[in-house]
Amino acid sequence: MPWIPRGLRDGIVTSRYPHRPDGYGEGFRGTVVVHPGREGDHRVAAIAEACPTGAISIEAGQPRLDRGRCILCGRCTEMYPQAFRFDPGFESSAVRRDRLVVPEGDEDDAALALARSELARRVKALRRSVHIRHVDAGSDGADEWEVAALTNPVYDVQRLGIYFTASPKHADLLLVTGVGAVGMLGPLSQTFEVMPEPKVVIAAGVDAISGGLIGNGYATRGGVADSLPVDVFVPGSPPTPFALLHGILLAIGLLPTARRGATRRSMNPRPSVQSERAAHGPSSPEDPPREDGP
Amino acid sequence: MTIDRSADSPSADTFAERVTARVEGGARFCGLFGCAVANGTRLLAILSVNGLLDTEEVLVPDGECFPSLSSRLPAAIWYEREIHDLFGLEAVGHPRLDPLVLPLRAGSARPRPGSGKSLDPVEIDSSPLPSHLQGEGVFTISYGPVRSGVFESVEYLVETPGEDIPYLRTRVFYKHRGVEIRFEGMDIADGVLLAERCEGVASVAHAIAYCGAIEQMAGVDIPPAAGLVRVVHAELERIANHLDSFIRLTDAAGLAVAYARLTLHKERVQRLRARLCGSRFGRGVVVPGGVAGPLRLDASQLLAALDEIEHATRADLRLLMATPSFLDRLRGTGVVPPDLARSYAAVGPVGRGSGQMEDVRFSRPYAAYERLGHQLLEDKGDGDALARQQVRIDEITGAFHLIRQAIDRLSEDAGASDTWSVPVERVSGETLGWAEGPQGEVLYLVGVEDGRLVRVKPRSASFHNLALFHAAFPKDILTDFAFIEASFGLSIAGVAG
Repeated sequence: MPWIPRGLRDGIVTSRYPHRPDGYGEGFRGTVVVHPGREGDHRVAAIAEACPTGAISIEAGQPRLDRGRCILCGRCTEMYPQAFRFDPGFESSAVRRDRLVVPEGDEDDAALALARSELARRVKALRRSVHIRHVDAGSDGADEWEVAALTNPVYDVQRLGIYFTASPKHADLLLVTGVGAVGMLGPLSQTFEVMPEPKVVIAAGVDAISGGLIGNGYATRGGVADSLPVDVFVPGSPPTPFALLHGILLAIGLLPTARRGATRRSMNPRPSVQSERAAHGPSSPEDPPREDGP
Repeated sequence: MTIDRSADSPSADTFAERVTARVEGGARFCGLFGCAVANGTRLLAILSVNGLLDTEEVLVPDGECFPSLSSRLPAAIWYEREIHDLFGLEAVGHPRLDPLVLPLRAGSARPRPGSGKSLDPVEIDSSPLPSHLQGEGVFTISYGPVRSGVFESVEYLVETPGEDIPYLRTRVFYKHRGVEIRFEGMDIADGVLLAERCEGVASVAHAIAYCGAIEQMAGVDIPPAAGLVRVVHAELERIANHLDSFIRLTDAAGLAVAYARLTLHKERVQRLRARLCGSRFGRGVVVPGGVAGPLRLDASQLLAALDEIEHATRADLRLLMATPSFLDRLRGTGVVPPDLARSYAAVGPVGRGSGQMEDVRFSRPYAAYERLGHQLLEDKGDGDALARQQVRIDEITGAFHLIRQAIDRLSEDAGASDTWSVPVERVSGETLGWAEGPQGEVLYLVGVEDGRLVRVKPRSASFHNLALFHAAFPKDILTDFAFIEASFGLSIAGVAG
């Protein structure tokens, strides 16, 4: 069978994330980070107006950006690069919707801790093997490619005990993509109902979180958060496979402690060898662990 | 082409005659679009005559119907169903005017795109359809809308006596998002962001088609270098989509190593696209008037990455096309005979696998395709799933070739100009834009008034081709379903609208 040697041709191409950081994503539009501007800066108001999904707001004279709405079009980063900048990080999932608004306020730490511990209690039994049922509730089709990519040899989620299942009755985790199209609300809630307890819901992508650019229309419900009890929000348009993996691991409590933060970003410059290698495709196991690795 | 709206609108009675006469005279039917106006609904039949687009138009006053084109023009069947759903306009004589994209109860308000009015949230009537076939032991299997695996939501109702598939219906309305209405009132810069999200796997093709319409209206030519950058992104998108079709086939055939290999190659293509522009789907590249900026890799890095991907992809596809257990599933499966493909005016790899050879990259060139050499595909003619995959392999080879030429031209032109886009000002009117997406010809009807979009009708190749999906099953059984579906390689988001 000529396929067997073919399978060995490229050696191991699998990422070691989350046990080692993965350098993939240099120059990549992961998230937008916000830097405080000057008080009463008129440009911020113009940018808030120009944002196609209304993701930017002004609070106490300072810009805030809702990653649950941001489609990463980059308009704000072009108009005002001092305040808005693309960051390559992909670890931006959160267990509370309000934690997607950056820079985050500090008033809700207790609520966040509560949400985390409640989720941790529910998923305790799931950690060694988790089965995912994906449902498209009105995506643009790109989200499905990224979800499906999780099974390719680079991400290979089976290595972490994560499997996709056809039957919702075997599923622990419901991964929802899409804007909440009215035609899918019935099938979506039926799928959720027949899943056994404990069950966890992930809203994957800004379409699922807020409706994204489509938003609320005659046939859409501005995301799925009003239809299902969402536990984890994964921003992105569409979310990349690593962003999805971060969200899944956050949901089932399998992230090393250093990587749990909703907005934790590695702002430190990466070693150039690492970025060069990362830029050339899948990281190899020979990649030196970065100093912030476990 | 610019559509002249002041022309006299002849009566609805002769509309069907005129359109069918032109199709019989050799024109290719590309679509039938509606547009709500003050006193009724404009219908535009889009025709491709020797590569050039032309329209036949009619105004159907409120409360009236129009004679169906479908009896003589099967390609119009789905368009008339869509018009019925969106405008409440009945095509008299249509074989089966079942709901397609938006099943509403009779008498409900309809979205009526073009009217500039928004519609209150609707309730979908998703009650089961009565079965079509009668007979002992005939039953209906519904595949979907929640499918087994990571797929887009769609429902296939298979009526079967057990193994054969004598009758198949496709219900796509589950993920209808109301995209056409969402366009209305946007400015032209936001419009391209939505165009990229009409059919996410063909973001670049949709953006090029949309911007092509805007640029024609503005009467501008994009900088030559911008055209070349568009070609690079569009061809990478084609490679990724064609690989995805193979991936789904190897998955269905249970070829685990081939599946792993091809998903790895597709991941490398997606990563290369991200390195070139920051988005794994080429989003944000195409803007009205050109592109957002240059390729972010220099020519030597890009060529090296391409060589690596092409070498590995070709070797694995060559082995796959010599694997008997794979070929046995494709040969003679899902046959679309050439005359059927012609009557449905099939486009893209589905059409080219059945002798419909037109490729608008070359028959109606846009971006920089005019400047680049290409090899015409030979007619495979068999019309089965294998023929469609052979078309895809040839197109992958052609795509790599086009990208290399585009990179060469960009290097030659380097320094000649630093502009990547031209200003697009004073846009007004109504035109058509197009692109050859991975699934086939993408068409956009774009209407602008005072810098705002008043009517946008995206027509994906997936919509056009899915209409003939049901006809590909006469000799096949249930286990062939996944293979036929993957060989069509369509995206439901582009169909449901």
